[in-house]
Amino acid sequence: MNDSRAIIETIDVAKVYGVGDIQVSALKGVSVQIKAGEFVAIMGPSGSGKSTLMHILGCLSQPTAGQYILDGDDVSRLDKVQLAAIRNKKIGFIFQAYNLLARTSALRNVTLPLLYNHINPKTQEEGDEKARAMLELVGLADRINHQPHELSGGQQQRVAIARALINDPVMVIADEPTGNLDSKSGEEIMNLLQKLHSQGTTIVMVTHDSKIAAHTERTITLMDGLVNEITHNGKNHTAQEAKHETI
Amino acid sequence: MKPFEAMRIAWEAILKNKIRSFLTMLGIIIGVAAVIIMVGISAGTEATISDQITSLGSNLVFVQGSFSRGGPNQPNTGGGLTFDDATAIEGNVNGVISVVVEQNSSEDVKFGDVALQSVELLGTTVGFPSVRDMKIANGRFFTQTEIDRKQKVVVLGSSLADSLFGTSDPIGQYVTVGTTKLAVIGVFAKKGLVGNTDFDSRVYTPITVVFQKFTPSEFARFLGNRVRMIYVKIDPKATLTDVTTQINLLLLRRHKISATGTADFTITTQQDIISTQESTTAAFRSLLAWVAGVSLIVGGIGIMNIMLVSVTERTREIGIRQAVGATPADIRLQFLTEALMLSIVGGLIGTAVGVGGAYLFGALSNMRTVIQPTSILLAFGSAAIVGAFFGYYPANQAAQLDPIEALRYE
Repeated sequence: MNDSRAIIETIDVAKVYGVGDIQVSALKGVSVQIKAGEFVAIMGPSGSGKSTLMHILGCLSQPTAGQYILDGDDVSRLDKVQLAAIRNKKIGFIFQAYNLLARTSALRNVTLPLLYNHINPKTQEEGDEKARAMLELVGLADRINHQPHELSGGQQQRVAIARALINDPVMVIADEPTGNLDSKSGEEIMNLLQKLHSQGTTIVMVTHDSKIAAHTERTITLMDGLVNEITHNGKNHTAQEAKHETI
Repeated sequence: MKPFEAMRIAWEAILKNKIRSFLTMLGIIIGVAAVIIMVGISAGTEATISDQITSLGSNLVFVQGSFSRGGPNQPNTGGGLTFDDATAIEGNVNGVISVVVEQNSSEDVKFGDVALQSVELLGTTVGFPSVRDMKIANGRFFTQTEIDRKQKVVVLGSSLADSLFGTSDPIGQYVTVGTTKLAVIGVFAKKGLVGNTDFDSRVYTPITVVFQKFTPSEFARFLGNRVRMIYVKIDPKATLTDVTTQINLLLLRRHKISATGTADFTITTQQDIISTQESTTAAFRSLLAWVAGVSLIVGGIGIMNIMLVSVTERTREIGIRQAVGATPADIRLQFLTEALMLSIVGGLIGTAVGVGGAYLFGALSNMRTVIQPTSILLAFGSAAIVGAFFGYYPANQAAQLDPIEALRYE
């Protein structure tokens, strides 16, 4: 971690769902920092707020209170259109269920984010070339024209990873990326993520599996909407210490 | 997203559900085809009528008998017109070139083994072919001498001649009309339907023959030689209203009706017929336009329905697109393009069906159809507007979806 620039910084981020008497606080003030090039896992039991945090980090939803600074910009008060542009440009998503477009070739799935790149639109040729390079990177150079139903789960997840990388995002958010895979394919996907990490990609992975989380450098564990503990290089910190250390 | 990309995605989505897309388009196809065919028929009818009216010349006045007078407590003049009225018009009204009369009867017609029941027999005078724009195909029309001498001759309508004689030559043959044998001297060329009158299925004889042979004698004794219609051809240099006023006064006097009374005849000029025709066809056309418009709206509702289903079905796809950076405008554009494409492709197919249908209809029926480029534009334009209008709501529904909810959708 030579580059100490923070890609993600949340300051007392809170998220409240519902209104009035039926309000539920999913996050009650979460402050975390993730630096460029880090590979971080977010863990926690269901209901801990890890999905909510992931949605906020992924700019799919916004905090009710607090600030979220992504790549140096405060994105906590942007509108839908601006958030969409941020997702397109700065974030790559990898989902548990792959979420590829059915009956669409691997190549077209990978080029999908390019359709919505309004700022630096690529020509079809440039886009296709980039997509081929990405598919090659994830080891699917020979599956370019296959449709999702012709690919194994592991291969589909690789297509999703290629899609996540196509717009050169500042970070990749992986939501249980191995959750639907057998252990061997899961291991391959983790190796691929490790490889991307070693090439400098910032990865935030949400998981409930501590064995999977062990692949990362740091684990942020949430409990009841708060940061409970941060496991760092095998050493346990309390939330308070962790905050001091990372700032 | 570039419009071209939106079109490619929309086209792929349409192809993924071919049958559904086609059924959705069917409403638009039927609507557009209906507009083109209906406008084609109405324009064809209009053209036919205006051709007929023009071919008759604008200097023709029609006097028709009506039966508004008469009744138990009024002296019955018989209602309507007599041959003597026609003679009086020809003799007394200034500006009249010639007068043609017609009177009809329904008779059975026989030739050899072929017997036709209730054929319309039309008694008329020499000017008839010219005022009704009828051409002789074979033989000749009867002459004034034949009328004066009450010669038992007959000219046949073309379809009637076919029924009676098939391919053999009818000229010189004798047909039995009612109980009278008449010599066939001519056959008219095919005229087709004019309004609801079939000129081709009638037989035509001298008016004097109708008076002598096909009018009950007591009837003639009391009422004179009745005629159904008097055609008055007037001098182009004469003033039309002046001539019609003269005819009106003459007939009122002859029929002993006061100037304020109700006439037992009506006088119609070409101009009247044209105006009536125009207002009828205008009403007809706007009725057709409404019917076609309603079917287009029904088609539009079909599109909206399918687009709503499609948005629901593809919620997850919308979520994926949103996650990778599609803005609400991108999603709206995608679904609006799809709806527009459905309606425009439907419009294209509908135009082809409509043009083909109008052509076939014209070729296979007696009615003439005129394909109007404006109706194609109108139909096609309405289809596109319908697509945009009914596609907007579903597209907006899609655009408003929350990405997290959409991604969770099973």
